[in-house]
Amino acid sequence: MAQVDHTVAETSMSFRPMRRKWPPEVGIFFVLVGISLFFEAIGWVMNGQSFIFNAERLEIIILQMSTIGIIAVGVNMVIITSGIDLSSGSVVAAAAVVSASLAQISGDARAVFPHLTDLNPVWPILAGTVTGLAVGIINGALIAYTAIPPFIATLGTMVAARGFAKWFTGAMPVSMLTDHFAWIGSDLNPVMIFLVVAAIFHVVLRYTRFGKFTYAIGSNRQAAIVSGIRVGRHLIWIYAVAGLLSGIAGTVTAARAISGQSGMGVMYELDAIAAVVIGGTSLAGGVGRIPGTVIGVLILGVMMSGFTFIRIDAFYQEMVKGVIIVAAVVADQYRQRARR
Amino acid sequence: MHEVAMTEEAAQAAGAAAVDSAPLLEVDGIVKAFPGVLALDKVSFRLHRGTVHALMGENGAGKSTLMRIIAGIYTPDKGEVRLKGRALTMRGPLDALNHGIAMIHQELNLMQFMTVAENIWIRREPLNRFGFVDHGELKRRTQALFDRLAIDIDPEAAVRSLSIANRQMVEIAKAVSFDSDVLIMDEPTSALTEHEVEHLFRIIRQLRAQGKGIVYITHKMNELFEIADEVSVFRDGRFIGTRLSSEVTRDEIIQMMVGREITQMFPKEIVPIGEVVLSVKDLGVEGIFQGVSFDLRAGEILGLAGLIGSGRSNVAEALFGVRPATAGEIRVGGRPVSIRSTADAMGLGMAFLTEDRKETGCYLLLDVLANMDVAVLSQRYVKGGFVLHAALERDCEEMSRSLRVKTPSLRETMQNLSGGNQQKVLIGRWLLTKPRILILDEPTRGIDVGAKAEIHRLVTRLAGQGVAVLMISSEMPEVLGMSDRIMVMHEGRLTGIVDREDADQVRIMDLASR
Repeated sequence: MAQVDHTVAETSMSFRPMRRKWPPEVGIFFVLVGISLFFEAIGWVMNGQSFIFNAERLEIIILQMSTIGIIAVGVNMVIITSGIDLSSGSVVAAAAVVSASLAQISGDARAVFPHLTDLNPVWPILAGTVTGLAVGIINGALIAYTAIPPFIATLGTMVAARGFAKWFTGAMPVSMLTDHFAWIGSDLNPVMIFLVVAAIFHVVLRYTRFGKFTYAIGSNRQAAIVSGIRVGRHLIWIYAVAGLLSGIAGTVTAARAISGQSGMGVMYELDAIAAVVIGGTSLAGGVGRIPGTVIGVLILGVMMSGFTFIRIDAFYQEMVKGVIIVAAVVADQYRQRARR
Repeated sequence: MHEVAMTEEAAQAAGAAAVDSAPLLEVDGIVKAFPGVLALDKVSFRLHRGTVHALMGENGAGKSTLMRIIAGIYTPDKGEVRLKGRALTMRGPLDALNHGIAMIHQELNLMQFMTVAENIWIRREPLNRFGFVDHGELKRRTQALFDRLAIDIDPEAAVRSLSIANRQMVEIAKAVSFDSDVLIMDEPTSALTEHEVEHLFRIIRQLRAQGKGIVYITHKMNELFEIADEVSVFRDGRFIGTRLSSEVTRDEIIQMMVGREITQMFPKEIVPIGEVVLSVKDLGVEGIFQGVSFDLRAGEILGLAGLIGSGRSNVAEALFGVRPATAGEIRVGGRPVSIRSTADAMGLGMAFLTEDRKETGCYLLLDVLANMDVAVLSQRYVKGGFVLHAALERDCEEMSRSLRVKTPSLRETMQNLSGGNQQKVLIGRWLLTKPRILILDEPTRGIDVGAKAEIHRLVTRLAGQGVAVLMISSEMPEVLGMSDRIMVMHEGRLTGIVDREDADQVRIMDLASR
């Protein structure tokens, strides 16, 4: 059909790169396995017992990390657009207290809304989720329509949301919650929620136009604009989702603890960012997948549980966590440089 | 798709014939101003169906700006864009694409971390029944497009793994995939080899046969004559004229591009030219420029001309240690030296006024004094770790006076000075270091006529005092009026060194586009 000279074309234009055989998460998956085996070995040496093959411990690891995981899914998408969200932990607190306040049992003298007790759990869940969504939309609007960098915008909402939580509760815990509400946080339900959330957004990122736009914006914002993508609107969606997921995480946290406290969720945003970066998402944007984030969350969880297991002082643990976070970001920088 | 095989003559004839019919795209009375600069001054332009229309003009003549307006990236202050007779209002690049205008930009607009297929079809991804992206179809469509254009690149390759030339081909394929009526190409061959350029031309001829209108911005004369049916020339934001490529000569085009009167604005003083101060042999930076050799003498003003991207600033940066050379030899005062950092260069008595004072010159938020003293502090005015403020301030005052910097005081914030005065402050910065070799990169860019003249007088005076000056400039009158000799570069190579007496506009432009 086309009158084109193929011979000339082939010599100069051929490009067939070696197709990658393994998904990119293989590397960190082995890291996860390695760390688990490391603690397993130490467990036998120090405590004479297994680290991994202990159903209770595994449950605890997974439960602890589920809330971080739910947040991390949203944060992953934010970071892929080369943004950042520092407000996650504060949103957890805000959502926790708001949802708890609508999940209280009647007959308690200190109910926050004495007329809104014994409610169907749908209401507190909705309230917590919407709280997160509201903060997310504020973040998105600030970032999309003003020149404020995401770091500063979400720093502001981080402080404001925490303040809101404290004001809302008068610094008192919101307790005596209904069993129906508490059920959400019981057994392995948080894990189920995490896995469902992860699955949904994995599909979104990989198989929808929305996902492609997300990567495009992070890869080259100018090119995205020139290609006709409405970047401002898209970013609002992204930050709204991140806020919404933090709201869900907050609700689950309240359900699990059967109380809502303004001190919840401290530093959760950093854990989430660490998990996302460990999982292979680049802070420069344009790169990152949900499976990687999930493994990153697991790695973080195993490490923290492992340190408790070998009885490292809680304060040492925090220092080590800080070192790990820095190491993950430095490793990311090297990965980026290698890409050029 | 209706593919037609054409001989070269038939294509030219078809092109010439198409010119007579109603225009596909018309632009009338377009005015566009940016702060401080009138980029387009009542510009008109006509593009006909089935033609390739080349745009030529010096740097800053307005070609890219006009094309960006047509592609919906800028909005004009005044004037109208008409496609197929209908006026268009465009609020963004999306509108232009929807109307049938696609553009390939000079800087590649690709998403590095995504695949070739994803890049080409972004926003137009094929969806399956469930509303999800159909990756299989995505790959198939890309392959079909590539087959049509005889491009051999893996659709699933990540763009960042491609060479620049291949990335350019992806951009071209992407623009073609819109099947738009108008296709604008801004310097599409800057990264391509001869083979690839031939390939591109085949694609262009294919599109022309389909009745598309193609705008082709280029600096390369030979390409113009090979592929274009018509050529339009822009100069200083004004549209000068359109000619059929078959009826115009190279010299005529250059004349249209450059046509200013060179008024003797620069009283060139004959200054005694002394010893060779700087000697450069086979200088090169891998992948950017190579084989640059020249001598620079005390009291001489050596002009360096060429088009954007010819590598002139890179040569300056190599000499000054900003991006050190990877090949070649530099001798200062006869002795071979190694310049691997700006400190090295300054230690040898060199000074460098950068091209973009906003980006790499001024400290806009600091005051004039801070802007002026920063370079000399590494040499003098420091004792025991402390700055000798009194002496420093006195000398800066003196310098400011002698340069006639218009500022209420040295404490004025740099930001508040006009461009011309900012430039004088920066020159003052370097003069305080008492350099032997002064490299100026576009010293009068974006400056009003009065300040321009003053800076020219100053440079001439410096040469008279024995400073060796290397002056990069894109302004023909400046280069011709000021220089004792003129070096010309083209795509990373030195194409010639011309003496003052033998130099004229045509000769320089010729060397710059060869």
